[in-house]
Amino acid sequence: MSRSFRLFWTGWLFNMKNLTMSGFFILNATIMPIFFATIAHYMFASGSRPGSGLLYASLGAGMMGIWSSVLFGSGGLIQWQRWQGTLEYVISVPPRLIQVVLPMTVATASIGLYSIASTLLWGRLIFGLPLDFIHPGWFIVALVASIVSLGLLGLVLSSTFVLLRNANSMSNLLEYPVWLVTGLLISLSLLPGWTRPISWILAPTWGIRGLRQAAVGGDPLFPILMCVALGLIYLAIGHFTLGYFEVRARKSATLSLR
Amino acid sequence: MNSVRIFFIGGYLAYRALFNWIHWTMYVPTMLGGPIFQILFFAYVGRYAGLRSDEFFVIGNAVAISSLGGIFGMAMTIGGERWTQTLSSILVTPANRLALFLGRAVPNLLNGVIVSSVGFLVGWLLLDFSLTPTEVPIIALIVVVTSFSCTAFGTMIGAFGLRGRDIFFFANLMIFVFLLFCGVNVPLDALPEWMRHISNVLPLTHGIQAARRVADGASLADVSGLVWTELFIGLCYAAFAYALLRLFEFDGRRRATLETM
Repeated sequence: MSRSFRLFWTGWLFNMKNLTMSGFFILNATIMPIFFATIAHYMFASGSRPGSGLLYASLGAGMMGIWSSVLFGSGGLIQWQRWQGTLEYVISVPPRLIQVVLPMTVATASIGLYSIASTLLWGRLIFGLPLDFIHPGWFIVALVASIVSLGLLGLVLSSTFVLLRNANSMSNLLEYPVWLVTGLLISLSLLPGWTRPISWILAPTWGIRGLRQAAVGGDPLFPILMCVALGLIYLAIGHFTLGYFEVRARKSATLSLR
Repeated sequence: MNSVRIFFIGGYLAYRALFNWIHWTMYVPTMLGGPIFQILFFAYVGRYAGLRSDEFFVIGNAVAISSLGGIFGMAMTIGGERWTQTLSSILVTPANRLALFLGRAVPNLLNGVIVSSVGFLVGWLLLDFSLTPTEVPIIALIVVVTSFSCTAFGTMIGAFGLRGRDIFFFANLMIFVFLLFCGVNVPLDALPEWMRHISNVLPLTHGIQAARRVADGASLADVSGLVWTELFIGLCYAAFAYALLRLFEFDGRRRATLETM
């Protein structure tokens, strides 16, 4: 147990440092959410939601940053290991593959902490957004639950995108649709009914709901529990798909092939 | 004659060589799928905000996505030569530099027009947006001019790629700057004054304004001032990009750093 925890902690910390040094991830995790929060704020302010939009925009844009980090960081994770020539080592070490990959995908979601921090700080410093949340304790719980569940969703992405020829193109494609369908900057009731089941199975839907209800009032417990439940489902799917990838790559001797 | 050949054939061959990885499985999700969802995303945020009609967001974003090909394409065109270590081979030739660099911009400009056209088409199919047959050619002209000015801006970013290391960081950043400053999704009069001043010297701003006015019934003559301004801004960036390219080429030769990564 302590060895597994040590492995997780070391892998998470190493990847957090690694991603923090990347200009692309810093752009995605800090600068991009601020731009989107500003756009949303001006749209709400000059539309029919002048008073209530700032916190809504800050939290939504922060969650957009978390999703982008997971999508690009986890989606291309195994391919990236391949390009760097480290995939063989990742697979041949004694711990199971999932124990090595999981801290990496959770780290890509954890980089999203920068997103939430930067958009809230942006709201506070530029527009004087009051940060007196109704349930500050639940806000932290919701944030941790969101990050862990998105990290586990990253596990699914990393192990499925690798089977595609152009994983990067999938990442480029899926950024806006998930922002849209999970209601990060809109109410889900605006979307066609057939999109509802898609939003239910995506962790950002419940993550943003938990954060908003903890911040402005409401019951954040149910969204947090949904994050936990979805996280467990993602873990099971990721365990299966990662195992499938490993067996397939070993059998066909394509581990290092690009 | 030789310069014309370098402009057209050189530009075409460079595009095929540097973008040989563009398979349709990459092109469709990245250059068409992502931008289409961008239009849908902002149209729905606009509906939620109660800001403007779908037309406002379709036009703003469909014109804006013409910048993707120009900005990323040109950054990759010049940065790509450096990456593949072919920059010295090109710059050692006596070829006309204007034909050499601007010829590489043409395929990216055309790509921007294609992406924008698909954006308009999808907006018409999926959202509450339509154009009359007389408006289509005028908007097409505006898109070509806007795509030119964005490609010129992208050439300037690419020129910095002769010196800088992480040019894609800057290219990505500029896409976000355009989204915020150029009136793509926020009416210009809703932005603070200092942002409006910046938007006036960026590509896209006047093109988007012109396209919106045409969709509201204005004629080409009514928006000619905006179109000429967009073209003038593009020409200024093209001239500045050319000057930078020559400067960094000269400096790269002097310091022997042309292909230093």
